[in-house]
Amino acid sequence: MTSARRGAWAQFRTHRGAVIGAGILLVAALAVVFGPHLWSIDPHLIDIRARNQGISFAHPLGADRLGRDTLARMLAGGRVSLAVAGAAMGLALSLGAVIGVASGYFRRLDGPLMRLTDLFLALPLLPLLLVIIALFRDALRAAFGPETGIFILIASVIGLTSWMKTARIVRGEVLALKEREFVLASGAVGAPAGRIIFRHILPGVVSPIMISAALGVGDAIITESALSFLGLGFPPDFPTWGRLLYDSTDYLQQYPGRVLWPGLAISLTVLSINYVGDGLRDALDPRSRG
Amino acid sequence: MKTALTLIATLCIFLIAQAAHAARGADGHLRIIYWQAPSTMNPYLSGGTKEIEAASLVLEPLARYDQNGNMKPWLAERVPTLENGGVSKDLRAITWKLKGGLKWADGTPLTAKDVVFTWKYCTHPQGGCSQSEKYNDVKSVEALDARTVRVTFGVAKPFPYGPFVGAQAPIIQAAQFADCLGAKAPRCTDANFKPVGTGPFSVAAFRPNDVISFVANSNYRDPAKPAFARVTFKGGGDAAAAARAVLETGEFDYAWNLQLAPDVLANMKKAGKGVVISSFGTLVERIVVNLTNPAPGLGKERSTARHPHPFLSDPSVRKALSMAIDRKLLVEIGYGPAGRPTCNILPAPAIYKSTANDGCLKQDIPGANKLLDEAGWKRGPGGVRARNGVKLSILYQTSTNAVRQDFQALIKQWWSKIGVETELRNISASVFFGGDPASGDTFQKFQADVQMYANNFDGTDPESYMANWACKEAPRPETQWQGNNVPRYCDPAYDALIAKMARAGALKERARLAKAMNDMIVQAYVIIPLVDRGRVSAHAKTLGGVVLNTWDSELWNIADWRRVK
Amino acid sequence: MGTYTLRRLLFAVPTLLFISLVIFLLLDLAPSDPTANLPLTIPPEVRQKIRESLGLGQPIHIRYLLWCKQFFINEPLNVVEALLGFSGDSERLRVLSWQTRSPVVDLIVERLPQTLWVVGLSYVIGVLIAIPIGIFSAYRQYSWFDQIGTFVSTVGFSVPTFFTGVLLIVVFSVGLGWFPSIYDTTHRVTDWSSFLVQARQMAMPVFVLALYNAAQIARFMRASMLENLGQDYVRTARGKGFHERRILFVHVLRNSMIPVVTIIALGVPQVFGGAIITEQIFKVNGLGQLLIVAIQGGDLPTVQTLTFIFAGLIVAFNLVADILYGVLDPTIRYDQR
Repeated sequence: MTSARRGAWAQFRTHRGAVIGAGILLVAALAVVFGPHLWSIDPHLIDIRARNQGISFAHPLGADRLGRDTLARMLAGGRVSLAVAGAAMGLALSLGAVIGVASGYFRRLDGPLMRLTDLFLALPLLPLLLVIIALFRDALRAAFGPETGIFILIASVIGLTSWMKTARIVRGEVLALKEREFVLASGAVGAPAGRIIFRHILPGVVSPIMISAALGVGDAIITESALSFLGLGFPPDFPTWGRLLYDSTDYLQQYPGRVLWPGLAISLTVLSINYVGDGLRDALDPRSRG
Repeated sequence: MKTALTLIATLCIFLIAQAAHAARGADGHLRIIYWQAPSTMNPYLSGGTKEIEAASLVLEPLARYDQNGNMKPWLAERVPTLENGGVSKDLRAITWKLKGGLKWADGTPLTAKDVVFTWKYCTHPQGGCSQSEKYNDVKSVEALDARTVRVTFGVAKPFPYGPFVGAQAPIIQAAQFADCLGAKAPRCTDANFKPVGTGPFSVAAFRPNDVISFVANSNYRDPAKPAFARVTFKGGGDAAAAARAVLETGEFDYAWNLQLAPDVLANMKKAGKGVVISSFGTLVERIVVNLTNPAPGLGKERSTARHPHPFLSDPSVRKALSMAIDRKLLVEIGYGPAGRPTCNILPAPAIYKSTANDGCLKQDIPGANKLLDEAGWKRGPGGVRARNGVKLSILYQTSTNAVRQDFQALIKQWWSKIGVETELRNISASVFFGGDPASGDTFQKFQADVQMYANNFDGTDPESYMANWACKEAPRPETQWQGNNVPRYCDPAYDALIAKMARAGALKERARLAKAMNDMIVQAYVIIPLVDRGRVSAHAKTLGGVVLNTWDSELWNIADWRRVK
Repeated sequence: MGTYTLRRLLFAVPTLLFISLVIFLLLDLAPSDPTANLPLTIPPEVRQKIRESLGLGQPIHIRYLLWCKQFFINEPLNVVEALLGFSGDSERLRVLSWQTRSPVVDLIVERLPQTLWVVGLSYVIGVLIAIPIGIFSAYRQYSWFDQIGTFVSTVGFSVPTFFTGVLLIVVFSVGLGWFPSIYDTTHRVTDWSSFLVQARQMAMPVFVLALYNAAQIARFMRASMLENLGQDYVRTARGKGFHERRILFVHVLRNSMIPVVTIIALGVPQVFGGAIITEQIFKVNGLGQLLIVAIQGGDLPTVQTLTFIFAGLIVAFNLVADILYGVLDPTIRYDQR
């Protein structure tokens, strides 16, 4: 097992895009975790004199329409965006993978689980979100405090409303995979279902899951910003990448730089996850290994 | 002197020549964009501003307000007053006389019967008419002859210009709506989408929530008007896109209500295709202070008069909150030329405007700190003030709107300088302004310490607006949380002034009372006025005759609009 | 497969009824108010009257049954009558929108053309360019074509349409003046020049949406192809000396289509759901805009009806996907063993 893992790592390292992607993700994570300590301007601090300022020594990425430092807001925003996107995506992928594998592999579960998926796909998102806010916001705020409570709420809301696509795709793949010879063969020699799933089924669905992950991160960052317009998101003065991008869209012509930074950050993150996903797939799938 | 006279004479001749030259429909196609799309053409079934303004191209009232807020006869010959005998001595009846020869767009004559029918239509108990308040206290409306209507009130009405005045209460055709009374109203889709009117245009095609096509009304009373043959009234999108379509790409001629950051608008103007216009009415952006305790632990009694607010019931805290705000900067950032700092909740018309509170225009953070020190609020850990274990910690909510979120951030910073800690919350406008009693996030329920929004009143008479802050108007469980007295203010002296105003007939006396009420509210700091907000719209440089009017429909004088080179 | 399809179709009826009930309860629970958008100058008593005139005073089960009757009985009867060309019972109540006070189904029919033109076409274009790109990217993995494809598709789905839309308007409408920034829904195509006008006004929204759709589908296509290219049967086929093109397009492609079919089937109902943000930016005013305006305005009958139709399409297209799996891969079986 350890040697297989080492082999996977060696394989991953040969994938240049994946290594660069992983590096970028690592840098981004370090930046948003430690950055605010190094660049210690308060992202909420309004300095009216610095309004709409361009790039300067005091404000390396400029300042926004209220004179808040863009670099500080990017760092603080990244922390929120990456945490929310990571948690939400993790939740959505695990739900999607579990439901997809279960309904694809076990015929008895297929009907009920897929009808549940249909139901979730059909529910109108906005009213659903409003109901969730009404039911849980105050309870979570009281239990975990305003920021953690809202973080839990947002991550679970995004996760719970975006697993369906993954589930459908994984199920489709599993349906085909489980009729392949090598799977049927291990079933015939009496291998338990759990082992077959972990040995043969899951490696085969890694790549669609990884793509869902890359798609999911981008979506989650944007969805988070959409939520804050409903009043479900973080308090309105709380910067996030999605929010920074939305707020600066009106200023596209006057201050293009302001759109550039959050846009670049989101795209780079998604691109990196894409490449990491590629690398992981190559590394984990024994059949596509050269 | 002589040259001046000659000049005026030439000007007159020139204008007459111009008028004679113009012909109906000569200027072709007019394109208007509203970033909110009208959903019906019947203003009695939807009270939204967008529907009222779209309908104002077709349906007209007896009298309306001009750009200065003065009443102007429209379908009526003149505005009835006490002096000209149109209003009875006991203030219980008003008699209107229609202009002669008025025709509906289908060629049939407009008569007093249509006016009577309009009243019946809007006051039908099952109709759910959204303008029924305009017909409050009306006992009867009678047609004295084909052109004369008498409205009788059950009480003395010092201001009898509610019914049939302004864009909200236009006349509809009895023949068309005869079968649409009460519960049948929504089934008359054709009539609701294509009402027959007396205005300069008629509906050719109506696509709800999308686009309306109008053509010039061939039976319009002025044969030379309107100058445009067709109007396209497009809806949807957002304010920035509407502004862009007029100011930058020139695809449209007129864009309505451009609530945009002033620098964004200024930048679009540089393209040179259009003009930004603004005008002020009675709309005031304000912070409303909760005088009752919104603590979640109180359950059903949350935000009711039974539990006074732990710290906002102290007038010095409320005053300090107001003193810490720099209104000029708020205007500069949020509204630019479309806003003015104000210290009144009743900023206009001029005769009602108080000058007693102008001291608030200057930000005074040291003064606010001193006030709080004197009131015994001491700075604790993190610089947050407290007294007897009560921390000055505020939940500040408002609706989702870019400018409002900027205001929240700025005000939070100023309040932090006087030792007040603030948590911000924004709520989707459709929930915040919705009256769903099951939702805790409505502005009436007010489950926060302070909240910010804008309010105004229709027309020019502030009587019903000032009556908003009567004790009985406080939202509470017994009223299903409905009511206009959002701060839950209650002062018998104020209620007495409301009663006085309901009886006062003379304009001077009414103005004195209204100002006194304004001063009472503002000096108690239960409402902290911030910005007197104007209306901003834009029109193409090739469009002439636009007069922005905040007292009535913006399109009130569209019959006079024309193409200029 | 036949009995499976039949069973699924029969099962769809209770499923859909259940979904409609859940949607109804959800909408009722969500804070909404049909008078929320009215100016504050309209007093609370009047608002209460308006709500009562809309039937909001009645208990929820009555309102749900009323909607069911209007939607499942009255509306189909109406269609039948319209087809047969006679007008029967004019008193029959259809599902009425609270905002416009007109039948919801008529509103939907009015919105369909622009939605199909813009959203539907962009979906078709998206699929048509995504599949070849996905295939070629996989076949030539890590070639410059693949790298560019990865980059473009990443940008395609990581940059939100609210931004790309505005960017296109600023460049092509404001800057160059090539395309209109506002879609004219009243425009009719009658000849070549009016077709050009239509093409120009569709160009930008179609591009934005096609990019977004193509990006997603291409990624799944590519991954699935890669998966299959590494399989033993491909090696076997190559070993047997089959023509490379045949291996690629017959065996590999067919086996790679399952996730792509899933994605496409999930996307088709969304075409009818409209593209809320893109429609808003370009003022296309299709079904997406109808839905969002109805949600904001608390227009429950419209939201309920639109969402239900959407649910019906989801159930239908997921069934289609399941049937297609069986066609693509005959080893897949659904029946109980």
